[in-house]
Amino acid sequence: MAAQHNSPRTLFDKIWDDHVVRTDEHGTVLLYIDRQLVHEVTSPQAFEGLRLAGRKPRRPEANLAVPDHNVPTSDRHLGIVDPISRLQVETLEANCREFGIQLFDMGDPRQGIVHVIGPEQGFTQPGMTLVCGDSHTSTHGAFGALAFGVGTSEVEHVLATQCLLQRKPKSMLVQVEGALGRGVTAKDIVLAIIGEIGTAGGTGHVIEYAGEAIQALSMEGRMTVCNMTIEAGARAGLIGIDEQTIDYLRDRPRSPKGEAFEQAAAYWRSLNTDPGAEYDRVVRIDAASIRPQVTWGTSPEMVVPIDSEVPDPDAVADPVKAGSYRHALTYMGLKPLTPIAEIGIDKVFIGSCTNGRIEDLRAAAEVAKGRRVAESVKLAMVVPGSGLVKEQAEAEGLDQIFIDAGFEWREPGCSMCLAMNADRLEPGERCASTSNRNFEGRQGQGGRTHLVSPAMAAAAAVAGRFVDVREF
Amino acid sequence: MMKAFETFRGVVMPLDRANVDTDAIIPKQFLKSIQRTGFGPNLFDEWRYLDHGEPGQDCSNRPLNPDFVLNDPRYAKAEILLTRHNFGCGSSREHAPWALDGQGFRVLIAPSFADIFRQNAIKNGLLPIVLDEQTVDALFALAGGVTALEIEVDLVTQQLRPSGGEPIAFEIDAFHRHCLLNGLDDIGLTLERADEIAAYEQRRQQQAPWLFASPASV
Ligand code: SF4
Repeated sequence: MAAQHNSPRTLFDKIWDDHVVRTDEHGTVLLYIDRQLVHEVTSPQAFEGLRLAGRKPRRPEANLAVPDHNVPTSDRHLGIVDPISRLQVETLEANCREFGIQLFDMGDPRQGIVHVIGPEQGFTQPGMTLVCGDSHTSTHGAFGALAFGVGTSEVEHVLATQCLLQRKPKSMLVQVEGALGRGVTAKDIVLAIIGEIGTAGGTGHVIEYAGEAIQALSMEGRMTVCNMTIEAGARAGLIGIDEQTIDYLRDRPRSPKGEAFEQAAAYWRSLNTDPGAEYDRVVRIDAASIRPQVTWGTSPEMVVPIDSEVPDPDAVADPVKAGSYRHALTYMGLKPLTPIAEIGIDKVFIGSCTNGRIEDLRAAAEVAKGRRVAESVKLAMVVPGSGLVKEQAEAEGLDQIFIDAGFEWREPGCSMCLAMNADRLEPGERCASTSNRNFEGRQGQGGRTHLVSPAMAAAAAVAGRFVDVREF
Repeated sequence: MMKAFETFRGVVMPLDRANVDTDAIIPKQFLKSIQRTGFGPNLFDEWRYLDHGEPGQDCSNRPLNPDFVLNDPRYAKAEILLTRHNFGCGSSREHAPWALDGQGFRVLIAPSFADIFRQNAIKNGLLPIVLDEQTVDALFALAGGVTALEIEVDLVTQQLRPSGGEPIAFEIDAFHRHCLLNGLDDIGLTLERADEIAAYEQRRQQQAPWLFASPASV
């Protein structure tokens, strides 16, 4: 902080520089971490590690915990039926009590997916470093915070020391120029970017998203883009701070208040990338060329626009890539060159930390309104990202629109994004999902996931197959 | 506490797939455990067994998938995993290196690894080695033979010595090498810097006091 910075710096450089505690002879930085979000799956072994070593959290108040991965999305009054899941959630509760960490338990209206509640509470703020034992921590970069996922050993490290040992990643700028077409959303932007640069395209980098199309996104849309940054291999995504960012944070429970808020906002505004700052890599994408996206395979980079076909592995030159295409098509039960619009679906999942926010639910409800889920669709479910999102949606009558259309309206949590609770696909079932990963078995062993935007998922539910929401 | 990495000679298991994700390495149902150990038998569960696995199950009686490389008797004692680019992509679950470690793997070789996975691997004393595509291709050719390929892994000299082949040099971050060779507890190391951390907090609090306001007072 005392250092002089004469050359232009990026947003990432500025946040990084403001958090360096020390640099060792190997160039490894001891990086200060302002905030940590904690959930039940990746924390028990970290707390156990603290106990075994007789250590305590350095700043308990810098942590916020919530159960989300294992929680049931229906009949919540019955508690968690699966004893192993229940033990994990109870372990989180006990650890938070023991170590003095604030917890939103299953009965708390503020409970929800970690990456939804952080911003909602104003716990996430610009210029912060924020971590969580969860790869989608990249979500919080939408606020101009340096946020990334860590493993359990690092969760423990942050609890004990409020720091992490890191090497500075490289920087990449993804510039999305121009305006999006009608019916094209933040989800389509990020899927198109992953399709372009690949699932390892961002490895070793922090990605900053900029350009008119990014500026035009709501905070929810920006979170969707940053959320899936990890699917492009980059641990963190960032978006510059503007008045929309600042307005979103005004009056949030954990935001600074009064004079302190104005002081914070002045600091936040000073963090944006300086003109002329350089990135290690720059990618430019034309927003107008992006069409609604649908993944066809078992990696998020296996993605095409709705008005095209499943690719043909025989037309792929690289043998390793052709091999993974063949493998993916077998798993997905698809033939090369099948038009995407001819692929029928069995289930629909609208939710997750990618698309479980109020704006996502509004977009899906707009499509579902006055229509019916197709007979051939066995289950279409809407799972709000948090209790507060659920309340808001109910206040707007969205729940009734979904229920009237034949969707199930559930309690908040991760749900079928990773199927750790009872919500899952059966082998061979095909799902239109607003989540972020189409890996083999992600939504249930043998399940087949196609990633789409909330509007595209709702349209698929009604049609029983993928359809172009622009013509729906 | 991490165990120190010593030079050893081990069998190589070739897993000829790119983008092997952490859901494939250890499926989510096993993440419900609150322990750090016991994940080995569920490594690659959906590829390795023909039935559906659940936590707490005895895996010794489950039907094995004969086509999956881990079930090939040549690789039963493999300690080195050879694979393709972007290994470990996906979630941040440290259960992935715990499962690899539990199965007996100590070294991973690929053209690239996902960032969080690589970090988690090192924290658990596993050594991820990045080699160029060509060298990886050559190792795949050697590893598919009737008798399994063995490699001596030497972190001190940063060399791989395949049986009957030329030595291969590899690069690794100096700090990671230092930690692996000495089996260091990096939380302990960081705690030795408590004064510097406190000094940072003091400076930072003057610049950005709102970051240090307690939740009750905001
Ligand atoms: S919604 Fe899905 S991706 Fe997001 S935190 Fe939960 S399990 Fe992870």
